[in-house]
Amino acid sequence: MINDTLQNRRYVISIIMSAVIVVYILRLFTIQIIDTKYKNGADSNAFLKKTQFPPRGLIYDRKHTLLVYNKPAYDIALIFREIHDLDTIAFCKALNIDKQYFLNRIAEIKDYRKNPGYSTYTPQIFMTQLGIENIATIQQSMYKYPGFYIQSRTLREYAFHTAAHVLGSIGEVSQTKIDNDDYYKQGDFAGRDGIEKTYEEQLRGEKGVEILLRDAKGRIKGKYENGKEDIAPKAGQNLTLTLDVQLQMLAEKLLTGKVGSVVAIEPSTGEILAMACSPSFDPSILVGRQRSKNYMQLVNDPTKPLINRATQALYSPGSSFKTLQALVLQQMGGINEHTLFACNGPETYPIKCTHHHGSPVNLLSAVQESCNPYFWNAFKVTVEKNGYGPRNINFRTTYDEWVNRVKSFGLGEKFTDSDIYEQSRGYIPTQKFYNKVYRSEKGWRAITIRSNSIGQGEILATPLQMANLMCAISNEGRYISPHLNKCDSMLKKVHYCKVDKKYFPIVFEAMWRVFEYGTARSSKIEGIDMCGKTGTADNSHGKPHSVFVGFAPRVHPKIAIAVVVENAGYGSTYAAPIFSLLMDQYLKGKITRTDLEERTINTVTNSNVQER
Amino acid sequence: MYKNVSIRYALDWTTIFLYVALILMGWVSIYGASYNFDQASIFDFSQRAGKQFLWILTAFAIGGVLLLIDAKMYNIFAYFIYVGAVLLLFATIFLAHDIKGSRSWLVLGPISFQPAELAKMATALALAKYMSAYNYKLKTWKDLVPLGLIIFIPFILIIFQNETGTALVYVAFLLMLYREGMNGIILLIGTFAVALFITIIKLSIVPIQVDRGTLGMVLGMAFILLIQVGYAVFYCKNQKEALILLLGTLVIGAASYVLNSWFYLNYNYVAIFTVVASCIYWLFVELFNRYRKYWFLILFSLGSVLFSFSADYLFSNVLEEHQQVRIKVLLNMDNAPLGAGYNVNQSKIAIGSGGFWGKGFLNGTQTKLKFVPEQDTDFIFCTVGEEHGFLGSTLVLFVYWLLLMRILRMAERQHDPFSRVYAYCVASILFFHLMINIGMVLGIMPVIGIPLPFFSYGGSSLWGFTILLFTLLRLDAARSER
Repeated sequence: MINDTLQNRRYVISIIMSAVIVVYILRLFTIQIIDTKYKNGADSNAFLKKTQFPPRGLIYDRKHTLLVYNKPAYDIALIFREIHDLDTIAFCKALNIDKQYFLNRIAEIKDYRKNPGYSTYTPQIFMTQLGIENIATIQQSMYKYPGFYIQSRTLREYAFHTAAHVLGSIGEVSQTKIDNDDYYKQGDFAGRDGIEKTYEEQLRGEKGVEILLRDAKGRIKGKYENGKEDIAPKAGQNLTLTLDVQLQMLAEKLLTGKVGSVVAIEPSTGEILAMACSPSFDPSILVGRQRSKNYMQLVNDPTKPLINRATQALYSPGSSFKTLQALVLQQMGGINEHTLFACNGPETYPIKCTHHHGSPVNLLSAVQESCNPYFWNAFKVTVEKNGYGPRNINFRTTYDEWVNRVKSFGLGEKFTDSDIYEQSRGYIPTQKFYNKVYRSEKGWRAITIRSNSIGQGEILATPLQMANLMCAISNEGRYISPHLNKCDSMLKKVHYCKVDKKYFPIVFEAMWRVFEYGTARSSKIEGIDMCGKTGTADNSHGKPHSVFVGFAPRVHPKIAIAVVVENAGYGSTYAAPIFSLLMDQYLKGKITRTDLEERTINTVTNSNVQER
Repeated sequence: MYKNVSIRYALDWTTIFLYVALILMGWVSIYGASYNFDQASIFDFSQRAGKQFLWILTAFAIGGVLLLIDAKMYNIFAYFIYVGAVLLLFATIFLAHDIKGSRSWLVLGPISFQPAELAKMATALALAKYMSAYNYKLKTWKDLVPLGLIIFIPFILIIFQNETGTALVYVAFLLMLYREGMNGIILLIGTFAVALFITIIKLSIVPIQVDRGTLGMVLGMAFILLIQVGYAVFYCKNQKEALILLLGTLVIGAASYVLNSWFYLNYNYVAIFTVVASCIYWLFVELFNRYRKYWFLILFSLGSVLFSFSADYLFSNVLEEHQQVRIKVLLNMDNAPLGAGYNVNQSKIAIGSGGFWGKGFLNGTQTKLKFVPEQDTDFIFCTVGEEHGFLGSTLVLFVYWLLLMRILRMAERQHDPFSRVYAYCVASILFFHLMINIGMVLGIMPVIGIPLPFFSYGGSSLWGFTILLFTLLRLDAARSER
């Protein structure tokens, strides 16, 4: 029954098993007793991996002026296990903190809920982002406080106190971010908004590691293998922005005392030259230890300075929308340049005209004079061109086409391929929206949505979108997504608008006439062919918003600008001078009309806006 | 003839004692590994040690129930259990949630269970049943095929669950097959293949004369030639042929070296050419002298050449990147202490820092500071090494050795081949786990994530091993019931 010849194999198997166990015991003997690499005498070694923070990438403007750089800062860390004989009073005095603060901090660190990474063996951050002046005293006496360490890191420093919203800020990473990205550890800093957020991965560089050896009592015994395995931190990549810092500062200065924003873009490249909004703040107040205090102040400010109005605030584009309307309505075949409509001035029904001009008007004069009845009639004729049809089907299809063409100019959606972190999508009302509001597909007609014809009502756009609209028009139906990083890859993001080139000249002519004969006469700069359009956007919060959009020169435009001043009044009175002064600065390199500059700066439309 | 012996007397209490000893040592180690200063009770159910206590109690209960089942049932139901386990494995691939890429965990309310743990015992039963059939003898290759199938089906299903490590455990059955009559040459060839693989991969980064081949391939081929010489001298007692072979090799080597001064010759191909030439030579010897002894040598040599060719390919194209890295770490080809070798490096430091006496219970800094990853599951042995030193680690290894020897002894005292085969399966599985797990922690085996039997944290593996062992105990207790 039992195969006897095979029985001897039990010994082979026993020997194999025993041999492996003997080999393992020998191996244990080697690494536990013979090899000193793994231990020092009876003590043990432990790695202490000390993070070496890389300097964050620098930020330059388009002319390679340094905007943002780094300054050294210090953290105080502690390891509870190593603290002994602490003279709390002296320690607090050296750090210039009171004892209560010290006790609160210790309690916070030990609280598992607030500090899930708590361990008495590993370094815990006690105080963070101290300047050299804060630690000067304690640095020399650090040896008196075993268990406390100084770690260096860097803080942002700003060469110009400008462009806070564009640049964004850096803050401590949140727990969700730590969970989602292995790179971050508790207490690390990362870009929270603006450019610092979008380009976090380029700017942050790569953390390095210094490997130190520690004995069982936690004392540092020196570097592991003389630093052979240390990893040097890799500095972040520098970033060149498309901003022109001079123009940016001027824009912010011109917005003093007002609520509003300015966006300037180079039409041929989509590069944002300036993106200012007011109220704003000095970016350097959100750095270091005073960050949280100042941040709370900004949050509580009723004028909401933390909002990047240039990309997030929504306005009715008002009459400036008529430039686009003229293009789209021509393209859809509702009108041509010879189409005439009557205008009875203020008595016109259903939309009155606020300007005085002859009647009937043609398209050119209608844009130039901003004639509301003309655009209402033109819009009606266009969207009703195929009649209404059963269940409004023809009308709704025509309306969809209109929406589609309008959106092709970058309105109604975010610029998803752009590098601007905070954006609103604006609003171009869709068929679905109206079906819902009027509770059926037949519940609405051209007359119901008449305010769309003149850029009021449900149509909303951000200043960024308005400026981009000017780029698209000045390029005869083509734009590159507006962006902030000056690099070639961004230039590939070209979009084509759904209006043919042949419809543009008449709009150029009309916008040029606005400066030559129309509402912006007084803002013209001698020797430059400028194109523009005022807008006076009615709204429910008081005086209308003053809007001005345009570009210059008329041929081969170098800059397109949108200016919005909230609750100020006529577009020509408040927004147009700002537009004109910015043109002056960018195209001529300096401002010649200093009296106009001073007057504009001193114009206050909102007394709540504080200087920061 | 029928004798009913009370289980109390028939039961192998030594094994149970060793089993309980290992489980208790494991439990204490888990407590040490997951200990973090603020909560102290080993029974705290929110902590791993507390949970392990529950697993241990349930494992004892399972063991007790298994002892109550009539031993004949295991024989009768062996195939049913096997088919059930295979179906469960198959279902798991689709039912399981993806946990870190592995689809092997079934979740039933608060309990997660790995059917792969049960499948080991089911496969062992099926093998035992098949091989204990009347008149079954493991002699020819044909006898191996059905056994191979029994092993291969769960193996491939576990591979599909992305649990390569657990699947590799099925290699352990070779040891049992060897005991039951499989030609020992298979074990030898397996060992040789591993040695060849290591030589070629490890030395493939060492070039000869800058770009004229790699040391790995040339040494690998030299290895094969050496085996040919040894075979000729010791097995065929034919020293003349061996001498001719050596001389031929030297001539080809020297000639290629000289030629290399003028031409570009790759030594890799020279080495392979030499082996192929030697095979042709053996073929002539065989045909002209009618020895009938060299066929195997020729097949072996050509097979080895093919294997060497494919080793490189296998390594860089079939193995996944993390598996390549683990092998490189093991072969000291990837040395960054913070890179892929981090785990093993840390575990070696933890163990090494234990010294002779260890740092004492709960005094290990390496494992407390969470330097060692997976320190309560796959790397649990680190805690033993650090806190209890050479003494403690050796003791643990010794207890494992006692257990293995005890199981082998139990195997040999069975009258029924069913029980014997099953016992060898149990010994092989436990041995394989022990060898891979502790070898990995000591840095002499690649990192393959399989638990240390009875030691590692986790209900699923503890239950699995308990079922495996207690089934054997039940079979053993019935050895004199005939």
